[in-house]
Amino acid sequence: MKDKLIASFMAFENKGSVQTDTEFHKIRATAMQQFEKIGFPTKEIEDWKYTSLKKLWNNDYSLFPQLPKHEIQLSEVDTYFLKGIDSYKIVFVDGVYSPFLSETTHDGMEICLLSAAINKLKYKIIMEHFFNKAASKSDGLTVLNTAFTSEGAFIHIPKNTVLQKPIQIIYFTTECEKDVLLQPRNLIIVDENSQVQIVERHQSLSNKNVLNNTVTEIFANKRAHIDYYKIQNDTKNASLIDSTFIEQKDQSVVSVNTFSFGGDITRNTLSFYQKGEHVSSILNGITMLDGTQHVDNQTNVFHQQPNCESHELYKGIYDEQSTGVFNGKVFVEQIAQKTDAFQQNDNILLTDKASINAKPQLEIFADDVACSHGCTIGQLDENALFYMRQRGIPEKEAKALLLYAFTNEVVDKIRIPVLKTLITKIISHKLGVELGIDL
Amino acid sequence: MLKIKNLHAKIGDKEILKGINLTIKAGEVHAIMGPNGSGKTTLSSVIAGREDYKVTEGSISLYGDDLLDLAPEDRAHKGVFMSFQYPVAIPGVTVTNFIKTAINAKRKVEGKDDMPAAELLKMIREKAKLIGIDRSFLSRSLNDGFSGGEKKRNEIFQMAMLEPKMAILDETDSGLDIDALKTVANGVNKLRSKDNAVIVITHYQRLLDYIVPDFVHVLSDGKIVKTGGKELALELEAKGYEWVK
Ligand SMILES: Nc1ncnc2c1ncn2[C@@H]1O[C@H](COP(=O)(O)OP(=O)(O)O)[C@@H](O)[C@H]1O
Ligand SMILES: [Mg+2]
Repeated sequence: MKDKLIASFMAFENKGSVQTDTEFHKIRATAMQQFEKIGFPTKEIEDWKYTSLKKLWNNDYSLFPQLPKHEIQLSEVDTYFLKGIDSYKIVFVDGVYSPFLSETTHDGMEICLLSAAINKLKYKIIMEHFFNKAASKSDGLTVLNTAFTSEGAFIHIPKNTVLQKPIQIIYFTTECEKDVLLQPRNLIIVDENSQVQIVERHQSLSNKNVLNNTVTEIFANKRAHIDYYKIQNDTKNASLIDSTFIEQKDQSVVSVNTFSFGGDITRNTLSFYQKGEHVSSILNGITMLDGTQHVDNQTNVFHQQPNCESHELYKGIYDEQSTGVFNGKVFVEQIAQKTDAFQQNDNILLTDKASINAKPQLEIFADDVACSHGCTIGQLDENALFYMRQRGIPEKEAKALLLYAFTNEVVDKIRIPVLKTLITKIISHKLGVELGIDL
Repeated sequence: MLKIKNLHAKIGDKEILKGINLTIKAGEVHAIMGPNGSGKTTLSSVIAGREDYKVTEGSISLYGDDLLDLAPEDRAHKGVFMSFQYPVAIPGVTVTNFIKTAINAKRKVEGKDDMPAAELLKMIREKAKLIGIDRSFLSRSLNDGFSGGEKKRNEIFQMAMLEPKMAILDETDSGLDIDALKTVANGVNKLRSKDNAVIVITHYQRLLDYIVPDFVHVLSDGKIVKTGGKELALELEAKGYEWVK
């Protein structure tokens, strides 16, 4: 697979659609050299100890999917959109922008395509300033994405702008003849005092294997406020590697909420860099798996300035033979005095075949800080179950209610009401009950 | 109404109930008293259907129907209610939503639609008043951070909402001050009718001043060692449990 990628990079370069003398080209070429050197991550790397991607590389991925055979109908994909609210939409089908399903804007802000930002002169400065500035240069899959960067969402919100409607970024895969590898790249810049809510989703409509290797860079300027939601509820033959890098300036607030319900293998790497004072970074997650699903959450918070906080809450429910990884790293540099870092990771294993590897990792070099972390792994509370059944709630509902209540603390933090309803629906569907309750 | 015959039960290898016989008729109040560890909670739990306890001999029937094969929820639907000595906290589920879920689960089994919201709210308001609980209490997570007294009141509130036929109150008086005790007892008395029955499990005679029993049974080492009228409670209080052993 590695050789195939290297070979196709040449072809990709020779297609001529990309000018080869730009700064952008140089970044990609350097990234490709890096990838040739590093290759795919293996289990020998500490952070990949519990997640093997080996089986994925046996798939014969097509790297440049054909244009969809038939124009996708709204009715086929309607269910994957947030409903009942106005929103901006940046939608891709097999890696190609779909104007028909999208609703973008250039009116006072940019909610559009990365390809436009790459190719148009007027975005040159901003691209040079931000593109690939936060993303890792040492992670094999991130540099691979950088090398193949061609399309994705580009969002630039100028200062003092509070978006009245959320932005949905959706990647559909329809290719049904071959396995597909897609490498979307998102770049999001939110300037001073501006506020935005973003929902990202990857959805396969194909019955072949799909792998999304996604990289997102987010820049929050002073006092910017960003809520980012990732809905991962893909089919059982779709895998996702998501690497998200966030840089925050003074007094900005960024939350990333990761909801992992579906898919085969999912790896989420979330890295926050606090580059200003009084920054707040919020990381929330719900993972709910069954079958042989695997989700690996790697979170990194780099406290690099004083007076900042981070708040992290991840909940996991593992049924059947599903497996999970939670690796929560918090680095507090010496300069980052008065850091307030909180981390909590709670897990419920529903069978003895399910498992979770949870590892909080705090490296603190400042002395005047408040850091706390907690991690629990347990089963369903039998006393609570009996209590509920004694009151007439059937076992299945009682279990569902307990598990729902377990996730509720995180669901409650969702600030888009229709999204909250959607997540509740997905959870109750996974639990196999109708949760007719407004908890 | 409730018939318990020669009931033996164990947990793990340890036999705890060693041949209990008890018959309760509709309209009656039975008190069960006994020292710590005598098996009072075990008896309640076995009636309610807790699966950790294994019944090795004997039978329990309600209106002639065998209870032992039924799941706890099915017993609840038939009218069995147990007020827990140690009510369980369920963070993330409010008192209101919990009781709503419980009521509608029972209605579903009875082939009825969910209780209309307005009717439910009215009922909640009435019963909350009866038990003397504050409205703000209803939107809190069930038993989560409740004081001992709040937990017990909440149990009786749920009993009032579910209107059971056979209510078992397991040490509902412990942790209550005298005023709370009176309110709770008053609530229980208001719920009494000729169609239902109550088992009051208690350590102390005090509660029985307010919920007056028709019979008092003394449980010791998994057996009922003495049965009498309400005066037995006073006698026990005076002479101590050593007297019946
Ligand atoms: N889960 C359990 N595991 C082991 N022993 C138990 C358990 N529950 C109760 N017992 C034992 O059973 C006996 C009766 O307990 P219990 O029914 O709680 O008594 P009471 O309610 O009268 O104080 C005690 O000796 C107690 O230690
Ligand atoms: Mg007891």
